[in-house]
Amino acid sequence: MGKISLRGVSKKFGDVAVIPPIDLDIEDGEFVVFVGPSGCGKSTLLRLIAGLEDTSGGTISIDGRDATAIPPAKRGLAMVFQSYALYPHMSVRKNIAFPLKMAGLPPEAAARKVEAAAKVLNLTSYLDRKPGQLSGGQRQRVAIGRAIVREPKAFLFDEPLSNLDAALRGNMRLEITELHQTLKTTMVYVTHDQVEAMTMADKIVVLNAGRIEQVGSPLALYRSPANVFVAGFIGSPRMNLIEGAEAVELGAKTIGIRPEHLDISLTSGAWKATVSVSEHLGSDTFFHVIADGLGPMTVRAGGDVTAATAIRSG
Amino acid sequence: MARAATTRQKVVFTVAAWAVGLLIFFPVLWTILTSFKTEVSAVASPPEFLGADWTLENYAEVWARSDYPRFFWNSVVISIGSTLLGIAIAIPAAWSMAFAPGRRTKDLLMWMLSTKMMPAVGVLIPMYLLFQRTGLFDTRIGLVLALMLMNLPIIVWMLYTYFKEIPGEILEAARMDGASLKNEIIYVLTPMAVPGIASTMLLNIILAWNEAFWTITLTTIDAAPLSAFIASFSAPQGLFYAKLSAASTMAIAPILILGWFSQKQLVRGLTFGAVK
Repeated sequence: MGKISLRGVSKKFGDVAVIPPIDLDIEDGEFVVFVGPSGCGKSTLLRLIAGLEDTSGGTISIDGRDATAIPPAKRGLAMVFQSYALYPHMSVRKNIAFPLKMAGLPPEAAARKVEAAAKVLNLTSYLDRKPGQLSGGQRQRVAIGRAIVREPKAFLFDEPLSNLDAALRGNMRLEITELHQTLKTTMVYVTHDQVEAMTMADKIVVLNAGRIEQVGSPLALYRSPANVFVAGFIGSPRMNLIEGAEAVELGAKTIGIRPEHLDISLTSGAWKATVSVSEHLGSDTFFHVIADGLGPMTVRAGGDVTAATAIRSG
Repeated sequence: MARAATTRQKVVFTVAAWAVGLLIFFPVLWTILTSFKTEVSAVASPPEFLGADWTLENYAEVWARSDYPRFFWNSVVISIGSTLLGIAIAIPAAWSMAFAPGRRTKDLLMWMLSTKMMPAVGVLIPMYLLFQRTGLFDTRIGLVLALMLMNLPIIVWMLYTYFKEIPGEILEAARMDGASLKNEIIYVLTPMAVPGIASTMLLNIILAWNEAFWTITLTTIDAAPLSAFIASFSAPQGLFYAKLSAASTMAIAPILILGWFSQKQLVRGLTFGAVK
């Protein structure tokens, strides 16, 4: 079980309110991603759930029990840190076994669990190495191994992939998603990367300046963002946001058009624009255009399309 | 330009370093040399380097006239005891200052260090009376306590600077892994800080071993360490330089040997934090 409820949880550092009172429910078995720009309070929120920071107000309950005053060691949650935070003086085996040792598990039972976790994470041949002798990806796997052996109520991930190179990040993203499907344990995952949020989450929590802007499934957020911030934050390339006369004409303050909802054409169209840069990704082409009276916009087209001089809304 | 001068600069710096090193070491060297002279040649003017009449007589006489092993044992107990006790107290203190600092932590650290700026004589009378009345006077436990308190600010400061270098996330990971505060300190913080703790201990053993003011004023016979052993040879019968030198050499030899074998650790400890 791993249901986490936040009621009126707030955090102040001195006089600065980092997180105004917020409510949030994380259901058992859910993969929830906190996403937002840096400094939006997503890591602080995770640390509040972990118990590494004290709340300034409100209650945090885990499985229906008030956990607000329970120290991190006793909340039954496991955390994977951005820096991996492995114990440099212990072998991989001892790192993974550490939470079991702290829980007072007999050494033989602990050894069996470590072996099993190492097998799942392809770490069996590295068990006697020290963290310093491992690559970034292997270290991350050890950190995950250390988290899974104790069978926590929920996993907390604090930007776990941001220190890895792009290719490895893609692999690890998949591995963590697979792990969630196997274990079916609640996972709370913090990232600033909206691609990670979109691909991994059951539920995304978009945060901005400590406030929750919107909560919902990835596609719900993509298709019907609640406000301009969410519209601009979710989706890559960014949604084109148009303000001013053109928006007022359509009865709105701001209108947003996703790049894939724009077509370019040499002959016809609603708006005239000039292509400044075209990025050919093979599968897609991104045209960065300057539209007359609207400013810079992005158009997403198929991989075969080449530069043109006019665009038409699609 | 700068490259061309490198070799000459190296030579100059090397010579200068050796000169300073020898200058600092000279008194020690002279003491050791004098300990092998006869009393007559020890006070000869102009000074003699080391004549053909060098002798081990002084050592034999010093050994015969006093109970060196007892002084030596007292020094060992007092320096190691005060260091171990100080470390045991300083680890939790430095932990809280490095990882759970409050609004006044910096002030507290400065205040602790400022006690080292006070001349020891300033508290001589109260310390003396306190030791007399509590029965700590001339006891090893009394001196262990006194020297531990003298060096505690340095121990806390050194450990604090070492602990600051340890990423806080690792301790948080231990907390998330279910470690109590005690286990966090025993299984994670202390092993990671072993090099720092070792240099701190070495430096404090040396400081405590060489401490003379309190060890001489707060002891008479039972707890007197080697500092008092040396002092007993600058006796009222007049100065016997050769014997005094022999006693001094016997007193500093153990710590000199310890320092020699641990110099790598010590240098690392003393320059820690200075260079990244």
